[in-house]
Amino acid sequence: MIGRITDAAALENLRAEAIVDHPERRRSVTVCGGTGCQAAGCAEVGEALRAELAAQGLTDTVKLVVTGCNGFCEQGPIVVVRPDDVFYPKVKVADVKEIVGTTVAGGEIIERLLYRNPVDGELIAHEQQIPFYGEQTRRIFGQNGYIDPVNLTDYLAIDGYAAMSKALLDMKPDEVIEEVVASGLRGRGGGGFLAGRKWRSCRAAAGEHKYVICNADEGDPGAFMDRSLLEGNPHGIIEGLIIGAWAIGADEGFVYVRHEYPLAVKRLEEALEQARAAGLLGDDILGSGFSFDIRISRGGGAFVCGESTALMASLEGQAGEPRAKYVHTVEQGLFDRPTTLNNVETWANVPPIILGGAAEYASIGSEGSKGTKIFSLVGQINNTGLVEVPMGITLREIVYGVGGGIPGGRKFKAVQTGGPSGGCIPEGMLGLEVDFQKLTEVGSMMGSGGMIVMDETTCMVDVARYFIAFLKEESCGKCVPCREGLKTALDILTRITEGRGVLEDIDLLLEIGDWMSASSLCALGGSAANPVASTIRYFRDEYEAHIVERRCPAGACRELITYSIDPEICNGCHACVKACPEACITGETRHVHNLDADSCIKCGACLSACRHHAISRK
Amino acid sequence: MLEQILSRYPQDRTSLVMILQDLQSEFGYLPQDALEEISTRLEISRAQVYSVATFYNVLSLKPRGRHLIRVCMGTACHVRQGSLILAAAERELGIKDGETSADGEFTLQSVGCVGACAIGPVVEVDEEHFGHMNVQKMSRLIRKIKKRAASDTTSAGEERS
Ligand SMILES: Cc1cc2nc3c(=O)[nH]c(=O)nc-3n(C[C@H](O)[C@H](O)[C@H](O)COP(=O)(O)O)c2cc1C
Ligand code: FES
Repeated sequence: MIGRITDAAALENLRAEAIVDHPERRRSVTVCGGTGCQAAGCAEVGEALRAELAAQGLTDTVKLVVTGCNGFCEQGPIVVVRPDDVFYPKVKVADVKEIVGTTVAGGEIIERLLYRNPVDGELIAHEQQIPFYGEQTRRIFGQNGYIDPVNLTDYLAIDGYAAMSKALLDMKPDEVIEEVVASGLRGRGGGGFLAGRKWRSCRAAAGEHKYVICNADEGDPGAFMDRSLLEGNPHGIIEGLIIGAWAIGADEGFVYVRHEYPLAVKRLEEALEQARAAGLLGDDILGSGFSFDIRISRGGGAFVCGESTALMASLEGQAGEPRAKYVHTVEQGLFDRPTTLNNVETWANVPPIILGGAAEYASIGSEGSKGTKIFSLVGQINNTGLVEVPMGITLREIVYGVGGGIPGGRKFKAVQTGGPSGGCIPEGMLGLEVDFQKLTEVGSMMGSGGMIVMDETTCMVDVARYFIAFLKEESCGKCVPCREGLKTALDILTRITEGRGVLEDIDLLLEIGDWMSASSLCALGGSAANPVASTIRYFRDEYEAHIVERRCPAGACRELITYSIDPEICNGCHACVKACPEACITGETRHVHNLDADSCIKCGACLSACRHHAISRK
Repeated sequence: MLEQILSRYPQDRTSLVMILQDLQSEFGYLPQDALEEISTRLEISRAQVYSVATFYNVLSLKPRGRHLIRVCMGTACHVRQGSLILAAAERELGIKDGETSADGEFTLQSVGCVGACAIGPVVEVDEEHFGHMNVQKMSRLIRKIKKRAASDTTSAGEERS
């Protein structure tokens, strides 16, 4: 561990030493250790790499780095041989010996292990040539693929704590705030409030003790960028918090992390320990006279706790219920003291703003939304993962450029953004330039950056029902419009998806939505109408098909579909017969099978068992 | 045990959620006598302790099974048929979402999103993630854990005898 760093010169000396060791300059192997790659078995691959490097006598000359999430989780475990950046996806332990011998030691590429572009089938050798990476602008996320998240030296090599040093030693708090205001940085947690303006009000608020909080509750289903930022580069968040605390005049910080993210908590704890030992956190940081420390608090697994006032109630040890914001939290927040709450990604944007300056930061982005945004591009799309793109990029560029389009030759239907507060955007709007304002204009939201791609097999009524069911479950129940409105809306949507709806239901849903928007206590109820209203607005025909024809066009709503076997395709392989828990599929091997729709429980087992796509759901 | 947990935090209400979380991970649930002791020690009313204990999803007043199976119901997993996977788990375990099996072996839970959306549908078993799930894989996974659990208990039994 690095010992106490007492001034800027000592920090720069350490950095000069650290840079020599950076994977961009020296032969190294990086293996992604994020949550997705762990599920794919990266730990074993990492161990095998370590052993093989030792066996081939390369331990001293080749650096092995287990990094945080690279975003391309679908392709894990991912191994990259640097500095040439030769990229190997889905690596198996059995491949390791050859990778070390041929690529690491020999500098040759192993064709059979290369990434194959799902769009044109072409083999690609280098990380940056892969469209998924090449089409991105990785400002915040970019260095995650090079560093060990809990190695302070690695962080120093990528300019770590240089922005903090600059802010604390060369800038006045007001100058820091004005820089952040000028950068145009807007909160990445959902609302898009200007971060600098929030900081300014908090600095101006009266009070001896002030707090900064990092919101890492990330309850938005379908989004996981905050997790990856914390797991992949915790020092970056810590640095952002220190700069913010200095600007505002806060002496204590909290990171409120979701219970579901144990790895993030562990890495953050380690990073905090390192920062403290190095004197980058605690008393008299870098001899500036400024003292500040950070505590971690684990969330209790309630979506509403991501809301600012509920989060603060939770930190105070209470049930996480929001309160009305007659008084702003920047004046009276945690323990009634002035508090600045920002999202993980917002904090991660702070060091680059201070280091590179507001003008450079604002050179990327759209008119009202500056910088980049990390989206969680998931669902029915070829390249799923975390993608960082400039604000103002079109949806089409994200879905078809970075994402490589829809798999299996199916047809695109919609992109859902903004989580449960957002909406579904149809194909005709793929030209939309994605930023805070444009997304709101079309009835959706930026939210925390979930971008769920849906194809023709996704039912829009079911999606609306899904979100309302989620919100009903998560509503804290304190205010009536949200509690009762969600329950009623869910009843109506459920009956439509079961083929029991009436046409008047559609208007009723819109009316309930208006009431919830107008009178809910917090944004949970306030924006709950979006998923319903946007699907009615763009996919009214699907609602009508369910109501009038008692039919689910996407083939998704359980009560309205039947499973069947296509006799033209079925080759009688028997796989579905074995899979069916109800024994309702019969037939001799190598003869077309028969599915008895009356005893079918629609569990989908046959569908996942059939490798010939002979089973359909209509 | 409770003493040890209490000693980790300042003895006031700000520690309540953390103490309950530690208790939950230690015991798998929140025993009633522990809640009463906490109420006395932190000087918070029992009603308030219970209001917190019943508010958060991770806290439970009922004992949970030795294995926690969590099926992701997040949006990304939902559009890839996550609900069919939950149903498969229910069928295979013979319990409903939120329930614990009679032998105390399994608790089944649906969750909002486990944060591994790119490899959805995702199932988490005792903090280990399984990606790209489908109905068949879910059934197989549960059978495998059941088998392992059974052999664990027999081998533990053999050791004892
Ligand atoms: C129901 C609800 C849930 C929220 N969940 C989160 C969350 O998980 N993470 C987050 O950063 N912000 C969340 N927010 C937004 C926060 O209230 C707050 O606006 C944000 O954390 C402020 O940070 P920012 O300005 O950097 O975006 C949520 C809001 C609501 C109403
Ligand atoms: S939606 Fe399932 S892991 Fe996020």
